[in-house]
Amino acid sequence: MSDTPTPDHQLPRTHYLNATYGSGTRSWLLTTDHKRIALLYLGSVTVFFFIGGVFATMIRIHLLTPGGALVTPETYNKLFTMHGVAMIFFFLIPSIPAVLGNFLIPLMIGAKDLAFPKINLLSWYIYIVGGCFVLYSFGTGGLDTGWTFYTPLSSVYSNSAVTPAVIGIFINGFSSILTGLNFIVTIHTMRAPGMTWFRLPLFVWAHYATSLVMILGTPVIAITLLLAGLERMFHLGFFNPALGGDPILFQHLFWFYSHPAVYIMVLPAMGVVSEIIPTFARKPIFGYSFIAGSSIAIAVIGFLVWAHHMFVTGESTYAALTFSFLSYLVAIPSAVKVFNWTSTLYKGSISWDPPMIYALGFIGLFVIGGLTGLSLACLGLDIHIHDTYFVVAHFHYIMVGGAVMGFVGALHFWWPKITGRLYPETLSRAAAVTLFVGFNLTFFPQFILGYLGMPRRYHTYPPEFQVLNVLSTAGASILALGYLIPMAYLAWSMRYGRVAGPNPWPATGLEWKTASPPPTENFDVTPEVTWEPYDFQNRPDLGLAAGAPSLAPAHSDD
Amino acid sequence: MQSQLPLYPEQASNFAPHVDALMLFITAVCLFFAGAITTAIVVFFFKYHRKAPNAVGIPIHEDSRLEAVWMIVPLILAMAMFSWGAIVYVDYRRAPQDTLDIYVIGKQWMWKAQQPNGLKEINELHVPVGRNIRLVMASEDVIHDFFVPAFRVKMDVVPGHYNTMWFRPTKPGRYHFFCSQYCGTNHALMGGWVTVLEPSDYSAWLSGSSGGNANPVVAGEKLYAEKTCSTCHIANGTGHAPSLNGVYGAQVLLADGSTVAADETYIRESILQPNAKIVAGYLPLMPSFQGQLTEEQILALTAYIKSLQSQPVPAKGSGIAPPTGKR
Repeated sequence: MSDTPTPDHQLPRTHYLNATYGSGTRSWLLTTDHKRIALLYLGSVTVFFFIGGVFATMIRIHLLTPGGALVTPETYNKLFTMHGVAMIFFFLIPSIPAVLGNFLIPLMIGAKDLAFPKINLLSWYIYIVGGCFVLYSFGTGGLDTGWTFYTPLSSVYSNSAVTPAVIGIFINGFSSILTGLNFIVTIHTMRAPGMTWFRLPLFVWAHYATSLVMILGTPVIAITLLLAGLERMFHLGFFNPALGGDPILFQHLFWFYSHPAVYIMVLPAMGVVSEIIPTFARKPIFGYSFIAGSSIAIAVIGFLVWAHHMFVTGESTYAALTFSFLSYLVAIPSAVKVFNWTSTLYKGSISWDPPMIYALGFIGLFVIGGLTGLSLACLGLDIHIHDTYFVVAHFHYIMVGGAVMGFVGALHFWWPKITGRLYPETLSRAAAVTLFVGFNLTFFPQFILGYLGMPRRYHTYPPEFQVLNVLSTAGASILALGYLIPMAYLAWSMRYGRVAGPNPWPATGLEWKTASPPPTENFDVTPEVTWEPYDFQNRPDLGLAAGAPSLAPAHSDD
Repeated sequence: MQSQLPLYPEQASNFAPHVDALMLFITAVCLFFAGAITTAIVVFFFKYHRKAPNAVGIPIHEDSRLEAVWMIVPLILAMAMFSWGAIVYVDYRRAPQDTLDIYVIGKQWMWKAQQPNGLKEINELHVPVGRNIRLVMASEDVIHDFFVPAFRVKMDVVPGHYNTMWFRPTKPGRYHFFCSQYCGTNHALMGGWVTVLEPSDYSAWLSGSSGGNANPVVAGEKLYAEKTCSTCHIANGTGHAPSLNGVYGAQVLLADGSTVAADETYIRESILQPNAKIVAGYLPLMPSFQGQLTEEQILALTAYIKSLQSQPVPAKGSGIAPPTGKR
């Protein structure tokens, strides 16, 4: 069990992982260190990802045959509902912000911690309490309303454990709100000297925009689900027409949050890609201010498009026209980002390191997801493809192809910072390609299925849809491999990986100016920022050719 | 039914060619952009692969003209998509005048349809080819959605609302319809077949089928008496409530001075929440029938009131708004 040979670097003697205050477990459960809280989140979101993933696997196996291969209709409905709830509320929404945002924002802006370290820990406990309610619901009767909880199905007719699930999501909302608040205050007040707004890493801009959505949107979903719960428990008529309510009102309130929630998932991933691309192209990002501004634009316009989920509910034609128009507007800032990322590659010095493969994979999948959104925003087309597998494919491209690819890419990029160690490079490149191929095989056939008319949430389907469903399930098995391989080698690397050193890629951000893993206080002395973001030319400390050719050390890898 | 791996369902309604053309246009634009971006990424990925371990890229910061181009060009294309889609949608939401109206009721987990002559079907819908068909839809319980892929149309069926959809079948045949709004356990089984018949076959089917004998107008008339509607809504306008002769399709003058079109939605609301819209000159006396009538019974009452359209309107005691110049 001796250390692997580390010719170049040694782990620092003390860092945030081994600094102990009191006993081991206690020092983790009572920590206020943003880096440790990030790891607590990493552990818990991984658990939910696993739970959601098991449900997804069962769904895909069930759909192998038209009649349904595995479970009863009741169970199938519970599977896709619980898959959605676990993945969206307890994995995707906290994934990048609460894990990587938490870990990185203070490091990136040169701060010792977030503005409210205790609130940060509180938000994790709130998340756990909310999560326990939801797991209780899953364990005692399950949940069969769809993750959208449409009334009056959820508030009157469903026989499953809706109430604890709704309470769990209500509670969990506060975790999201507190995290957003913490980020905004931190970014405003705790930037190091010289870290001006336009020197902020784009990851931080993206999280600023995300935090706005979290703070402004989350209370609405919390209240909405609470109202649905009250209707269910005490027969108060909010949404049930028999009690004088209106089920359409629920949909307005639900999507007022749940559409912007998509941006909570994808904006941080866009922030990740905006960090990875310049680092591995070794040049400043093209159009910094446009990428930063487009994050804010997405967050703001994203609040004005919710009723595009409701084009066939019978909403007024004028409302439909307005929301379709605004939905097309929100496509523009997303397109701007893609064009700028692509341009950044031009005349770069592009490495094929694993994070870069993930980031480019993100762009590919996000482009498909985004462009198919244009079809759904189109009023005349939506009357055909709404609530079909076309929608299922579209949002998985954004939320799994986009957000999860970004999350896994981010883990690969900052893993050496988080753990101090590197992972096997070739294997992880292969995993990235597996993920990309498996994802497309799983979800691309679903676009065609949807256009052919297969509605979503069907436990059984007409036989003419079987070929594409089998293809999708086959792809899912490759996709699963694409997730399991990184889980395995990242876990392995924590103990056996090569020691990374403070700045292995190298990258330009402040987080790379401290040890890996960082000390509890992040920086021994408060850093002062004198350089522009993503500038490799004027950074002799990076040891690269253009900066100081004579100082460049011989790297053993490419 | 179709070739081995079709990319789109059969085209069997007036909307199908338009929706498919829209899809083709948007997909072509998307393929162009996705192709261009993918090509650029792949080319750069190999062409600018790092030559030396410590080489850096050539810094290029920003180009406002380029940014403007890639905001404006996509915006123009997006507006083209929006406009074309809007044209198709507005057409879809605005049914023509000469429709054949069929009532559809969704309930967990079956569809009931009722032809104009009262013939009832379950999980089946027969329509004549070439006629404009309008479905007037209500739900007994949760939200459902009536979806016919071959017609490229769907519409939610929402409890407490009447939603309508229209289409003109263009090709005789049998086509799947589905419930596409998740509605509980057997959501996936809540479907059936639309049968599009030649008009002569449709007439023959209507008269030949031994479906229900319950003509909705007759059933409605019976209910009208049973629920004692006729005590107040006296045909000659002398009752406590306005005469309903000729009211369907007319403008009704309300107590607050506004007018409202007396369509299915208005009649339904007036039965369930009579105080929501009080006719000018009348007192809010009518009790609510919320919870006392099924959706089918409400539709029967509506059908009966519709049948009074041709009855003479009394000079006094009708809710119909006097003609106000040009409307």
